Amino acid sequence: MPRLSYAAPASVPDAIKLLAGAEGLAKVLSGGTDLLVQLRSGRTRPELIVDTKKIPGIIGIRETEDGFVIGAATSGAEIGENAALVAAYPGVVEGTNLIGSTQVQGRASLAGNLCNASPAADSVPALIAAGAVAVVVGPNGQRNVPVGQIVIAPGRTSLAKGEFILEFHLPKPKAKQSDAYLRFIPRTEMDIAVVGCGVNLTLDANGVITAACIVLGAVAPTQVVVEAAAKAIIGTKLDDAALAALDAAARAACNPITDKRGTIEFRTKIAGVLARRAAKIAYDRAGAR
Amino acid sequence: MSKIHVTTTVNGEPAEFLCEPQESLLDVLRDKLQLTGSKEGCGSGDCGACSITLDGRLVCSCLVLGVEAEGKTIGTIEGLANGDELHPLQRKFLEHAALQCGFCTPGLLVATKALLDANPNPTETEARFWLAGNLCRCTGYDKIIRAVMDAAAEMRGEHA
Repeated sequence: MPRLSYAAPASVPDAIKLLAGAEGLAKVLSGGTDLLVQLRSGRTRPELIVDTKKIPGIIGIRETEDGFVIGAATSGAEIGENAALVAAYPGVVEGTNLIGSTQVQGRASLAGNLCNASPAADSVPALIAAGAVAVVVGPNGQRNVPVGQIVIAPGRTSLAKGEFILEFHLPKPKAKQSDAYLRFIPRTEMDIAVVGCGVNLTLDANGVITAACIVLGAVAPTQVVVEAAAKAIIGTKLDDAALAALDAAARAACNPITDKRGTIEFRTKIAGVLARRAAKIAYDRAGAR
Repeated sequence: MSKIHVTTTVNGEPAEFLCEPQESLLDVLRDKLQLTGSKEGCGSGDCGACSITLDGRLVCSCLVLGVEAEGKTIGTIEGLANGDELHPLQRKFLEHAALQCGFCTPGLLVATKALLDANPNPTETEARFWLAGNLCRCTGYDKIIRAVMDAAAEMRGEHA
């Protein structure tokens, strides 16, 4: 096994140089709540760990004219404490805050949750539904990538060698726009989603849905954006017929596996239930804005 | 092979150590700084027995690299009592018999201290959710929660 080295560069160019120059596997360290577990179990055997947390701006939340900028390594706890972000994106925050325990929240980051590339990652469905963009930096410069295009398979991302996520951009919510995230686990805390669902809705002044994005987690190899579910409720006030159509569209989009957490049939049924419930929460929140 | 030199602050005192890149902060605390109050239960961030604060934030020290402690402020269970005088939380855990084998106790105390620092008046539900990442396999959680709620009340000055 090659000897492991550690570096904590204080700038983006230094971090890129280190990551791109590594001969063997180089891993980015943010909160470490997944990476340290994988190191210990031997599931990953990097030769280099690049700790990004000394890079200015990679931890912290800024509100701009265009919305919010969340540093890639910002902890879940810090995200949950940001009142402006909680008000603007309650669904993104509740998904993020469902990851692990209080202790895990003290370290776990959005970039880590995304790049660990689990289909069950709790922060990802609501981020995709919000239209969040990841700012990716690397040897060929900077590119802005919609969050939904980062994960390409379980454990695999579209990031090239030398690239890492610097920050996330969330657009400023429109009037009457809000979101929600729900997951099913067989207990009340400390578990991995059997199904997750993020919903982002925009209403007009009469309460008619004008825009919608419904994203499912843990029912396919990657998160699923269910366009048919959005179509099923756009133009409605989320009446019973719209909810039934939403439920059916969510179920139809599922391609899950059976494992110890749930069967294909169970996951498929729950996807419809969560889509309905999350949509109702997002609808009420949007209407109250 | 070259180890990394780390300078940090533990329980208000400067500390330094040499460690390998992959060594956890928990291993460093226990094996290099002889602070064996923090326990290793799972080593994967599930049990909370290794709870510490890092720059005031509650974390599992098994999920932190020792090298990440550079320039940080660490709080461990050893910093809870004031010399020979037990912290009210420690006293209440004894009064309520909120421990049997005691393995989870340091982590529970550190986690509860962090809770009460952030929220001196938690509801029982808030306390139970906050402590969901601290597993106890023998005492049972009721005595622990009773001790937490009683200590919080005393620390707020609600009973003499």
